[in-house]
Amino acid sequence: MQNLYLRHFKSYAATAFMLLATLIVLTPLCLIFVHILKMGFSSLSVDFFTQIPKPTGESGGGMANGLFGSALLILLASFLGLPIGVLGAVYLTEFGGGRLATAIRFSADVLAGIPSIITGMVAYTLLVLPMKGFSTLAGAVALSLIMIPIVLRTTEEQLKMVPGTLREASLALGVPLWRTSLKVILKSAGKGVVTGILLAIARVAGETAPLLFTALGNQFWSRKLTEPIAALPLQIFSFAIAPYEDWHKLAWAGALVLVVIMFGLNLGARLLGRQKKYS
Amino acid sequence: MNNAKVTLENMNVHFGTNHAVKSVSLAFVENTVTAIIGPSGCGKSTLLRSINRMHDLVPSAKVTGKIMFDGSDLYDRSVDPVAIRRKIGMVFQKPNPFPAMNIYDNVVAGYKLNNRMKRSDSDEIVETSLKRVALWDEVKDRLRTSAMDLSGGQQQRLCIARTIAVQPEVILMDEPCSALDPIATLKIEELVEELKERYTIIIVTHNMQQAARVSDSTAFMYMGEMIESGPTKKIFTTPENKQTEDYITGRFG
Repeated sequence: MQNLYLRHFKSYAATAFMLLATLIVLTPLCLIFVHILKMGFSSLSVDFFTQIPKPTGESGGGMANGLFGSALLILLASFLGLPIGVLGAVYLTEFGGGRLATAIRFSADVLAGIPSIITGMVAYTLLVLPMKGFSTLAGAVALSLIMIPIVLRTTEEQLKMVPGTLREASLALGVPLWRTSLKVILKSAGKGVVTGILLAIARVAGETAPLLFTALGNQFWSRKLTEPIAALPLQIFSFAIAPYEDWHKLAWAGALVLVVIMFGLNLGARLLGRQKKYS
Repeated sequence: MNNAKVTLENMNVHFGTNHAVKSVSLAFVENTVTAIIGPSGCGKSTLLRSINRMHDLVPSAKVTGKIMFDGSDLYDRSVDPVAIRRKIGMVFQKPNPFPAMNIYDNVVAGYKLNNRMKRSDSDEIVETSLKRVALWDEVKDRLRTSAMDLSGGQQQRLCIARTIAVQPEVILMDEPCSALDPIATLKIEELVEELKERYTIIIVTHNMQQAARVSDSTAFMYMGEMIESGPTKKIFTTPENKQTEDYITGRFG
């Protein structure tokens, strides 16, 4: 009997320890969230979404251009990066079995591990230098370089989970392999692929470093893709290090909006990923 | 034999160093059911899959010899395997309807996936195909619901409907009842009886009673070789080969 009490004690102790570990993990997240909510909410106003930053010395203004810039950058980056990532994954699962596939997988993993500031420098060298100017395009390319490996690998994992019997079913109906890959395999993995895409978007939405010397940032609206453009994370950065109190407030509001966007994207990805796909 | 739809002439299949099917020669007669029986791993599925060139996707697989279909060699360089698979359909071991499609779209999947669908005749194709597999009455009120909600037997009949919807000439069946219960099996067997009026059917089965019930001819394979083939009645009553007799009477396999 003595032994049984001891076992119960050990069991409770282990459970308590795990609970503690969970709390320790959750604490910073909650602190960040609560603090940003507190600081950001009071500075948030309609102006934040409709106005561009006011010149130094004037109070008020917002980050409408930053929000628009971020949206445009993400849209362009997705346009450039998603097809490459998704189609690359189709190639890897359906057509690639040899050394080339191994090389592609390895490069994607390395690319995913490269610090994002280096990715920014790559885009700087490839686009900013030859075009002699910071631009939206360069920013989008930098972000797409971050998206490609994430999308490639998550999509590949999803495609691998599609049962081979579906591929056979389609081929046996006289559907060519490429159509089968796109219309049956990719479609069956659809939700999982979208989940990966959302996570990749969430990842680049908050990226600041790769935009520092590509998109650069802009106090005003950007008119052309070859002009520098504002982005939310960049604006938060430059406003937060500025010496003015109302700029700090705007930065807090920006941080809140960014966190809410990320939270939404991650939640969306989770909800989509949770639905069952195959029986 | 007369009216041979598909003829294997000295056919071999290799997977790398594994010689899976060894110089098999066999004729499949039009509008009949041929059963291929034999113990697991004897090469019957491999043989079946070489008839609609499913092995093309396996890099290590090599098919030699001839497979004649309506007088021309299926493995000739000029033959497009995709076109072949439209004429030689296949039903698989496990029912495999497309999970992202509803019942209706599953039936016309062969057209839809190839963008060869005309809206006007798709309704008709769906109805006739489902009626032919005796599934129409069971699903006509829920054609737009997911095919995954059907029972296993219904799913398999749906897969057969999907196969006949593209109007093949030959239907290959790879143990189509092995994942089904006895009642669903019976329905598929009755269906095979009816389908042979229009199609040439080759069915691989583990179940000897099934072979005896549904087929006109039977071929017995063992270790990659064709041991004996002939009219089903003869194979099951007076087999010429000792191995065939042992297998059929349940002494091994």
